[in-house]
Amino acid sequence: MRTRRLRLTSLALSAACLLTACLAGCSNGSGSGDDTDVSLRMTVWSNDASQTALFDSIAAAYRKTHPDIRSITFDYLPIDNYTTALTTQIAGSNPPDMAWVLERDAPDFVSSGALTDLTPTLRKTPGYQYDDLTPAATKLWKQDGDLYAYPFSTSPFGMFYNKDLLKKAGVTSTPDQLVAAHQWTWQNAEKTAAQVVAHTDKQGLVVRDWDYKTWIELASLWRGWGADAWSADGRTCGFDTPQMRQAMTFLHDAIFTDKALPGPGETADFFAGESALTVTQISRATLLADHPFDWGIVPLPSGPAGASQVIGQAGIGVMAKGAHKQQAADFLAYFSDPANSAKLARYFPPARTSQLTTAALAKANPLFTAQQLQDVVIDGIKDGAVLPSHEDSAKIANLVQNALDPMWKAGANVDSVLAGVCKAIKPALSE
Amino acid sequence: MSDTPVTGARAGTAEPRAGSGPRAGSGRRRTLRRQDTLSGWLFVLPQTLGFLAFVLYPLIAVVYYSFHHSNVLSGVTTYAGTKNYTQLIHDPATPAVARATVLFCLGLVVINICLALLLAVLLNQRLRGTTLFRTLFFSPVVVSLVAWTITWNFLLQNNGGINSLLHVVGVHGPNWLRGDDSALVSVVVVQVFKNVGLNMVLFLAALQGVPRSLLEAAEIDGAGAWRRFRSVVLPMISPTTLLTTIVTVSGSLQVFAQIQILTGGGPDNHTNVLVYFFYQQAFDNHDFGYGSAVAVVLFAIILVLTAIQWRLRRKWVFHES
Repeated sequence: MRTRRLRLTSLALSAACLLTACLAGCSNGSGSGDDTDVSLRMTVWSNDASQTALFDSIAAAYRKTHPDIRSITFDYLPIDNYTTALTTQIAGSNPPDMAWVLERDAPDFVSSGALTDLTPTLRKTPGYQYDDLTPAATKLWKQDGDLYAYPFSTSPFGMFYNKDLLKKAGVTSTPDQLVAAHQWTWQNAEKTAAQVVAHTDKQGLVVRDWDYKTWIELASLWRGWGADAWSADGRTCGFDTPQMRQAMTFLHDAIFTDKALPGPGETADFFAGESALTVTQISRATLLADHPFDWGIVPLPSGPAGASQVIGQAGIGVMAKGAHKQQAADFLAYFSDPANSAKLARYFPPARTSQLTTAALAKANPLFTAQQLQDVVIDGIKDGAVLPSHEDSAKIANLVQNALDPMWKAGANVDSVLAGVCKAIKPALSE
Repeated sequence: MSDTPVTGARAGTAEPRAGSGPRAGSGRRRTLRRQDTLSGWLFVLPQTLGFLAFVLYPLIAVVYYSFHHSNVLSGVTTYAGTKNYTQLIHDPATPAVARATVLFCLGLVVINICLALLLAVLLNQRLRGTTLFRTLFFSPVVVSLVAWTITWNFLLQNNGGINSLLHVVGVHGPNWLRGDDSALVSVVVVQVFKNVGLNMVLFLAALQGVPRSLLEAAEIDGAGAWRRFRSVVLPMISPTTLLTTIVTVSGSLQVFAQIQILTGGGPDNHTNVLVYFFYQQAFDNHDFGYGSAVAVVLFAIILVLTAIQWRLRRKWVFHES
């Protein structure tokens, strides 16, 4: 009796095992393969509850008129390893139907054929107003005139400042006053930050998300000197140019001589009141919704080369390996139509010319004044340039990070380190 | 009488039942044997399927990919011959990765084994409070690796807990995770504290198995404490030393989460060990072919090191038989 029971148990276990293996093997990650019962999935790097609620509400409205769509889910992946997680899903034959793509990965995703051409679907969607999309916003996501991702967020960088902390440190000219006096320069920003460090127990200036690793965030600084990581065609290294050397020497002195920025291994969160100034995208303003302190925002300071604004961008693409490409493209057309674009503008500055007005943005962004929206958002998008990107961005990012590491210590030879960066990335740039 | 079917072994020795001839008995035995064989296969089937799907298939796939260029985004895979291996030899990062791997492995194995043995010897004494200390030293083993590493990450920051403590006694601590050498030392120490308890327990068990008669005989012969430890205890626990060394060496070559959380392979590749380098190439840079070649080399290194240790055991491991 016991043997028979054991046999039955082992048979049941084996059957369960086979069934699990079959289910795992047969699953396409997108739910049913039946086009009348479709589950769509989009990967995102935001887990902000209010943003997720907005996405869900748009998806719910779409499903009311599209009974063939059983569900639309927004799959959160942390930004730190977002692209790695996304490409792992693609490699593992479990791609999402739609994905947010960072601007730095755009050339790689577009040129490799990972995304589908959205132009036919967006053009034929009634009321979409395809020609309303600004050429500057779509440039990065186009190939041979076709659009491979919708630039749902074109977010300028700005400098947030903590008025309370500046007052406590005895700062007499606040950033908005310096802007008005045409003295809003990196030198003055650095002096302000150093004064806060000297007179309070808080930090001065934080380049958010950089943390001595994500060097691409430093573009907000070095472009004030007219420097860039590489040439426009991506073939020539820009780290050893005189402009870059001056910018990086300024940064190095600000960190290790004036202590205006937190040193390596030191953390300070502006939005928790731990620093006086921070360079980051305006979409982070949601973190100040509860008004933890009196704050303001101004455009990025000027450098020797003048004012140079920087834009971070994210696109939504339909994955070429997705199981329901047309349904995903149709949903994306709805998600980014004029009405929904206006709703999304609350968090993500739109790519539509008609919506880039102070009045339109003010409706969606109650945290900002009209002047801030004009100076930082509208002018920033109009005059700004997108962060550096490259077809081999991930590999180059690692190489630059390793080569820049020796700079982040007192007494480092900036020129020599920057020459080393170019030596490290030149083979990858010329591939 | 129970109706439980007899096993094959019992069937072979059982008397034929009344009314059944030799041919019928032999047929039943064959049927029973077939059923037993089927049962055996069914029992091992889940494990076998798991092994095929999650061990053997990935192993073969990694070797296959190591001879190909694979673009994850486009899904195109092309034959590359030995180019990925050649690339590894000529990669400018290879010397730094090799250095970090060797130093990390050596540091971890030496410190871990020595400290585990020392702790085991101390806690093997009949002193008060040893149970508490055994628990304290073993508890990190059962703590989540990621939680443990994140906690240490906070402690090792420039303005973190360790430097704050040092500041109290007037010492200006280094920037642990950013210094070229201190970063590697920090990762080794974090890993040692995490796992030393496991080796300590193994050594403790081995020490308690050393016959007291041998120690007493050595003492009567005039051997001091160090001589007894060197000539009696160490040989007697050498099988455990072999086991812990093999496990620690192979474990040190597979350390990943600590590097990922604490240093990300930096600064300037000083903590970029081979397994992390593999991850960077395959998953960060989307170069599965090159990453697979690194993984195959890592597999070969572990295999060779384990084989060497297994061969050397004849020279230093004591077996009573």
